[in-house]
Amino acid sequence: MNAANLQPIPSPLQEQPDFAVPPALAAQIDELITHYPKARSASLMLLHALQEHFGFISRQAVEWVAAKLELQPINIYELVTFYPMFHQQRVGKYHFRICRTLSCALGGSYQLHQYFCEKLGLDPHHHGPQTTKDGKFTVEFVECLASCGTAPVLMCNEAFYEGVSPEKAGDILRGCQ
Amino acid sequence: MPQEYRQILKFVDQPGYTPDLDCYLRHGGYETLKKALALPPRTLPDGRTLSGPEQLREEVRLSGLRGRGGAGFSCGLKWSFVDRKSGKPIYLICNADESEPGTFKDRQIIYKDPHQMLEGMILACYANDVHLAYIYIRGEFIEGARILNRALQEARAAHYLGRNILGSGYDLEIHVHRGAGAYICGEETGLIESLEGKRAYPRIKPPYFPAVLGLYNCPTIVNNVETLCAVKHIVAMGGAEYAKIGTPNNTGTRIVCISGTVRKPGYYEIETGKVTLGELILDPAFGGGLREGRTLQAIIPGGSSAKVFKAGERFKIKRKGPDGKETEAELGVLDLPYDFDTIIAAGSMSGSGAIIVLDDSVDIVEALANIAEFYAHESCGQCTPCREGSLWMAKALRRLTHGGGRKTDADYLARIADNIPGGRTICAFGEACSWPVQSFVAKFKDQFVARGAADEARRLANTPNAESPTGKTNA
Repeated sequence: MNAANLQPIPSPLQEQPDFAVPPALAAQIDELITHYPKARSASLMLLHALQEHFGFISRQAVEWVAAKLELQPINIYELVTFYPMFHQQRVGKYHFRICRTLSCALGGSYQLHQYFCEKLGLDPHHHGPQTTKDGKFTVEFVECLASCGTAPVLMCNEAFYEGVSPEKAGDILRGCQ
Repeated sequence: MPQEYRQILKFVDQPGYTPDLDCYLRHGGYETLKKALALPPRTLPDGRTLSGPEQLREEVRLSGLRGRGGAGFSCGLKWSFVDRKSGKPIYLICNADESEPGTFKDRQIIYKDPHQMLEGMILACYANDVHLAYIYIRGEFIEGARILNRALQEARAAHYLGRNILGSGYDLEIHVHRGAGAYICGEETGLIESLEGKRAYPRIKPPYFPAVLGLYNCPTIVNNVETLCAVKHIVAMGGAEYAKIGTPNNTGTRIVCISGTVRKPGYYEIETGKVTLGELILDPAFGGGLREGRTLQAIIPGGSSAKVFKAGERFKIKRKGPDGKETEAELGVLDLPYDFDTIIAAGSMSGSGAIIVLDDSVDIVEALANIAEFYAHESCGQCTPCREGSLWMAKALRRLTHGGGRKTDADYLARIADNIPGGRTICAFGEACSWPVQSFVAKFKDQFVARGAADEARRLANTPNAESPTGKTNA
């Protein structure tokens, strides 16, 4: 068979043609690798560092981490698909992670999820991440966030909110500009 | 009157208590470490000599401390399994992955008193000749990781960490490693895989007992945050004194997390076994009782994987008296002392110390569906019974809660749940996902059957082609 006829296997990861690691981030990453006797151990921390900078993990990011740690891209890609915190697609400027698990559900987290979805024109029956068309908001149900005593709880980006009543949810949403 | 007994949480939540080093030092912080590092070798009556670290290990053994992460395994025994003759480095990992639904105790320590955890961790490392240790913190504790990194920097600057700690010649480095949202990382061998930069697939035992073949195939100790804090107090007061707190074989304090339908959900530190389940739920000093007009329906006593208790259940419990004699007593569920052994004797477990209370307003089928959805999402997918079984159970419960249930679903659920645990899977997740299903379906079977029957009746009434009462179909 003529090699030119072969189609490349499509990568489910998003492309990021302008991917470039700025020097400060590169230095931070080099320092992280020194924490471990074996470089491969640093892979989760590197993915966190890249995601915090770029907002998601692109194909280029996966290949970059693999090269950095002298691994195959699949060794990194399998982490991105296994660990729920890594995003394969861009998420909104404001990313709401609403706890779905039992104590929060008893405290009204399904109503909370529905509230955010309805306010933002998203499907309240969909549990996975959904992003608004303008790319501003992502809403996602996540599993237990370890604050069951103050249910229901949610995270907006890195901020953590406890005992989120509908009024409080409205305040949080209005604060996202 | 049952009371809280705050040892680990002594200063947490006090006005003005902050997570920085200065505040910790003002409250006697790192004094225990100073004393421990200066311990001279001690000669025993039989002529053997114990080094400083060996004395610390002996104190932890004497204390009877049991792991606070969920399994309740003896900490002294765990440390004694460590292969010290392999010539390989020994690693210690603090399990700060807190992810069992219902549990939120480690969060309090990490966010509000990180140096206490570090001091316990440094002591545990010194006791076990560890020179490189990690804190595996769940990915969602973003601020928690920052707080710990700040605390580590402060500790390094003050020579509680790093090379030649406080001039003792002992070197130790600790790093923070962040997880990324996977529950299975709380399982110690899964955690180790994750720390090696891989998917958190638990390892099979034997041969992968962490004490022998752990991180990088070296001897490794994995201890929970609360366990390491307890180590600090054991070293400070001595193992024998510590063993006087709590009850025999259930020594020390435990931080209990109460959530669900109680008036005062929250975390409460108690002397293990000195407070009953009923007091924890109903007493004003703890959960504060149910809401107005509500009655108790069920209690999940130790995180969502623990088998559920039904209100009004009674148990025959064998107990050892102070004289060592075993007696059998019949106890109601609310009269069970909250400790490791009693809750196990009653057929469940105190696990991670997380009590979830369900009153009569809670739909039991929905509650189990919620739990099953969690385990279906979190199964790592390595072993077929767990990967498939957790999904089948979630699917059956999804149809039961969405109008598509069947009368036979209760039996179907029980049959799947019975075929997952018992050595069919590499790790205890198989047990964790089936125990709630087994216990909910067994103890509330009428509710599951009624739901399925109602769904079937509704479908029959709404379907034009449904079987007619005479048994003939229109088709």
